[in-house]
Amino acid sequence: MDMGSLLHQFIQQMINGISLGSIYALIALGYTMIYGIIKLINFAHGDIYMVGAYLGFIATTYLGFGFLPAIIFAMLGAGLAGIIIERVAYRPMRNAPRIAILITAIGVSFFLEYTMMLIASPQPRTFPAIFEATVYHLGPLVVNSQQILILVSALVLMVALSYIVNKTKAGMAMRAVSFDADAAQLMGINVDKTISLTFALGSALAAAGGVLVGIYYNSIDPLMGMMPGMKAFIAAVLGGIGIIPGAMAGGLILGVVEALVSGFISSTFRDAASFAILILILLYKPTGLLGKNVREKV
Amino acid sequence: MLKVDNINVFYGAIHAIKGISIDVSDGEIVTLIGSNGAGKSTTLRTISGLMKPKTGTIKFEDKDITGVSAHKIVGMGLCQVPEGRHVFSNMTVMENLQLGAYLRKDKAGISQDLEEVFKKFPRLLERKLQVAGTLSGGEQQMLAMGRALMSRPRLLLLDEPSMGLAPLLVKEIFNIIKEINESGTTILLVEQNAKMALDIADKAYVLETGRITLAGTAKELQNSEAVQKAYLGG
Repeated sequence: MDMGSLLHQFIQQMINGISLGSIYALIALGYTMIYGIIKLINFAHGDIYMVGAYLGFIATTYLGFGFLPAIIFAMLGAGLAGIIIERVAYRPMRNAPRIAILITAIGVSFFLEYTMMLIASPQPRTFPAIFEATVYHLGPLVVNSQQILILVSALVLMVALSYIVNKTKAGMAMRAVSFDADAAQLMGINVDKTISLTFALGSALAAAGGVLVGIYYNSIDPLMGMMPGMKAFIAAVLGGIGIIPGAMAGGLILGVVEALVSGFISSTFRDAASFAILILILLYKPTGLLGKNVREKV
Repeated sequence: MLKVDNINVFYGAIHAIKGISIDVSDGEIVTLIGSNGAGKSTTLRTISGLMKPKTGTIKFEDKDITGVSAHKIVGMGLCQVPEGRHVFSNMTVMENLQLGAYLRKDKAGISQDLEEVFKKFPRLLERKLQVAGTLSGGEQQMLAMGRALMSRPRLLLLDEPSMGLAPLLVKEIFNIIKEINESGTTILLVEQNAKMALDIADKAYVLETGRITLAGTAKELQNSEAVQKAYLGG
């Protein structure tokens, strides 16, 4: 390969990587927000993404919704599911040892996967093509309309989330509770409600990711959440778990690395590269790229 | 104003508070003194709703608040400044103060109280946009108190406001506590620094291993031989 085509290949993979990465980022945001507020690695989060994809499927296939109403439908439905899961499965465990609630999360994950198999059968479903996939040629580079859709949707959602977290009263309450729940209560903040809101927001973002992936790959199945769930977890750790901009950055970096590895080495090494990143970050900077080493002040 | 009646509080199996009763009248400064581990903080945490008593009742302005959640009690006009300040050190001074007014909707009143707080603590005004974690211990104590005042409490619970502060700062903080009280806020003060606390208080209780062993006016306790021996270094 000469230099020119190498460069094209590189830019092409960057484009692919950013669109994949923005999906990881959407899912990673929920991981990081939920971790931030109740210190739980919510292993069921990838399955919420799957539930979101199915809700999008129902909305487009059976209800005949277009893209925007379908994604809103999926986000609302998954948000509600998130609230119910927290209420039923995690809240009773809030004062239990951490390992107990972690195992509960794994249980919730299996529950969602196999309930979906029961309801929708294990067979993959074909996601209807809501959009004519237009392919744009920019010189030798190829971008399709779906990639643009993913990128724009993810961007809009991330800006909206940042606004909610940083500029609204509810967002301020979320930050206060994740920093110090007792002190937050002494300000008059209802901790239970704030945790519910966090689950709703995180789950809605994952659902949006699920719908976007459904549109992109045309196919969804009850176990589709496992790998992206893992990847989003890696992205959250990479950026610094509990840190919202970290999840966004971590998702994008992970997506780009995966695309570059698939493009230049082999797509079979894609997942290995992700897990290698997890191992490296845990070895050398366990607080993540944007994490600070927190010293406990007594 | 506040009537704590024979409360018993447990940490798991540990009986931390054994039948404590406390009375605070409108306009007073009442102090709870005692050594480390006597149960002072637990008493305050129980009053503010962070912990629940097993038996006994707590009444605030004739309303029973026993077992009411902490966030609701704040709305009734009772606010606690926790031990160790617990400011939101990842947020700015301004955001911390805004959180203090979390339950309020009267914008005009909030900005008026904000001005009041800045008048009481000019250093907070200077550091308005600074992240709270970068403040000194004394400034953090001021912020924690200012933040509590933003909820416009009628009863303010202060848990060890002098902890870890230089003597000069302790004096400053105590002067401000007196000022807050003079402008109409009733105060229940927990302190290890018994001398300072008794100087500004109207009434005092001595706590030992979960029980009240002495109670009276601050003057009486200052003159009591037992208190002098145990807490005033005399």
